[in-house]
Amino acid sequence: MMQARWGSHGDYEIIALSPNSPQECFDLAIRAFNLAEEFRVPVMLMMDECVGHMTEKVIIPPAEQIEIHPRRHTRLPPGEYKPFAPGPDLVPEMVHAGEGYRFHITGLTHDERGYPSMTAAAQDRLVKRLKAKITRAADRLACYEADGIEDAEVVVVSYGITSRVAQRAVEMARARGAKVGRLRLITVWPFPTRQLRALAPHIKAFVVPELNLGQIVLEVERAAAGQADTISVPHAGGGVHDPQQILDAIMEVLK
Amino acid sequence: MNGGTREPAELGPRPEAELPPEACECAPENPVEQFLRTDRMPHIWCPGCGIGTTVNSFARALLEAKVDLDRVAVVSGIGCTGRVAGYVRLDSFHTTHGRAVPFATGLKLANPNLTVVVYSGDGDLFAIGGNHIIHAARRNLDLKVICVNNFVYGMTGGQVAPTTPVGAATTTTPYGCFEPAFNLPALMDASGAVYVARWTSFHVRQLTRSMVDIFRKKGFCFIEVITPCPTLFQRKNRMGEGLDALKYYKEKSKVRHGAPTSEVALTLDGDIIVGKFVDRERPEFMDLMRSQLAAQLGERYVEVEHLVCS
Repeated sequence: MMQARWGSHGDYEIIALSPNSPQECFDLAIRAFNLAEEFRVPVMLMMDECVGHMTEKVIIPPAEQIEIHPRRHTRLPPGEYKPFAPGPDLVPEMVHAGEGYRFHITGLTHDERGYPSMTAAAQDRLVKRLKAKITRAADRLACYEADGIEDAEVVVVSYGITSRVAQRAVEMARARGAKVGRLRLITVWPFPTRQLRALAPHIKAFVVPELNLGQIVLEVERAAAGQADTISVPHAGGGVHDPQQILDAIMEVLK
Repeated sequence: MNGGTREPAELGPRPEAELPPEACECAPENPVEQFLRTDRMPHIWCPGCGIGTTVNSFARALLEAKVDLDRVAVVSGIGCTGRVAGYVRLDSFHTTHGRAVPFATGLKLANPNLTVVVYSGDGDLFAIGGNHIIHAARRNLDLKVICVNNFVYGMTGGQVAPTTPVGAATTTTPYGCFEPAFNLPALMDASGAVYVARWTSFHVRQLTRSMVDIFRKKGFCFIEVITPCPTLFQRKNRMGEGLDALKYYKEKSKVRHGAPTSEVALTLDGDIIVGKFVDRERPEFMDLMRSQLAAQLGERYVEVEHLVCS
C-alpha cells in the first residue's frame, strides 16, 4: 500500500484504487484508465492476492455503455502549443506524434516547452504542479463505500479482500447490538483524509484490519488526529482474517 | 567502401566550394541546422565526444532519404546518447533508463505509419534495456535502432558496461575489466534483426549511408556506432583525445561487409571490423499480426489505425 504511494523518489501524488471483487476489478480498471487519461498520472489498480485470483460472476456491459474519458488533445497549432503549459486543472493537453508539432518530452525536470530545465525554480514549479493537480481533486477522487456510519460508535475501515471479512465481522457485532459502521476504501490514494477526519469526533474508534502488519492504519491514525482511537488488526498474510479477530477488536472498544 | 583509407581532413567542415555561391554570401545556414533545436545549444557533450558526429550523419541521412520529418519520432533512453532526443527538432522522447525500446514499441504499435528511431547508448540499450531489445529484434518490429557505443557509462562517471572490452580500465574496474563483453552485432543478428551494421564516428559517410539504408528498410534495423569518450574511456585507458580516437579508428578499422557477426567481436586493441553485416528479409511484426488476426477474425478484423489514438 505504501509502495504504491511512495515507491519513487521525490514528491508526487498517485491515484490508487482497491477493488474487492472480480466485478470491481473490471469496473475499476476502466475507471483507472479514465483517471490516468484525465490526470496524466499512473493509476494503480491494487488487487490483493485473493481478489486477483478470485472467480466470481462478472457482468461486462456492451461497449457503448462503458464510459470512456478520452485524453485531451490540444487545438492549438504547432508553434503556439507548449507541451507542458497546464490548463486550469493543472493538467497539460497532449498531441499525437507525427502531426508536425515536433514536441519534446523528457523525464527530467522540464519547463513548459518540455525542455530540461535544471533550476531550483523550475523544480519548485513542476513538482508543486504535479502534486497540486491531484490534491486539488482529492474530494472528487475520494471513493468509498459507507454503511451505518451516521450513528456509529466504531467504524471499521478496510479495503480489498479484508473488506469482505470485515463485513461479516460488522454483521456479527450488530447482531450483538453494537453500533458499528463500515467504511470501505475504494480510492486508497489520495487518501480520503478530510472525510475520515470529519467522522472522527463522532466515534470512539476506527478499527483497521489489514492483510499486513499495519500500513493504512497509519493514514487513518493521521486522519483521526487524536479525535478517535485507531485500532490496528494486522494479519501477516498467507490467508485472510478470521471475522472473529475483527469482531473481538470491535467489542473491545465498546467494552 | 574505403572508410579505412580516408584522410581525417575530410571529417572537418564541408569546404565552402561545395555550397552554392549565393548561399555563401549571406552566411549560409548549416544544412543540418533545420534538424536541430538550436535554442537548446550549447549541448552537454564533451569536447571530442563522438555522439554529435553521429547526429550530423543522422540529419544528413534524413535529408538524403527524403523522410517526411513530421512523421519521424526519435526515442532515447538515459545517458549521454539519451540526450540526442532533446537536440533533434523532431517529435522526440527522452524516456526512462533502458526503456527506449519498449516506449518505441508502444509508439510504433499505436502509430504504424510513423518512422520510429531508437537512438541510445550501449548501457541503456544492452544493460538496463537488454531484455527489451532482444525481444523487439525477435519480433522484427519496424524500429530503427542506432546504438552509440562508447564502451562505458559516460554520464554517470565512467563505470564498466556490458560492452567494456576485457582489460579496459573503468572507474569501477580500476584493475581492468575481466567480464567478457557483448558482441552487439552478433547479439542482434541472433535475435533476428534484418539489418545489422557497425561503423565508427570516423566513418561519417558510411554511417550516413547505413542510416539511409535503414530508413528505407522495413523491420528491426540496428546500427552500432563506435565513438570515443575522451573524458572517461579514453583517459582511463591512455588512448588520448577525441582526435586520437579517430586516428585510431582509421588505423584499426577493417571494412568487411557481410562478415559473420560471430567474427566481429571487439577487443581493447584489436581490429575494429566495420561494415554492413546483415541485410535480409523476415516478416515484420505488424504484417504478421495483421495476417494472423485477419485470417482468424475475417470481417471483424479492424486495422490498428482505426482502433487507437482517439
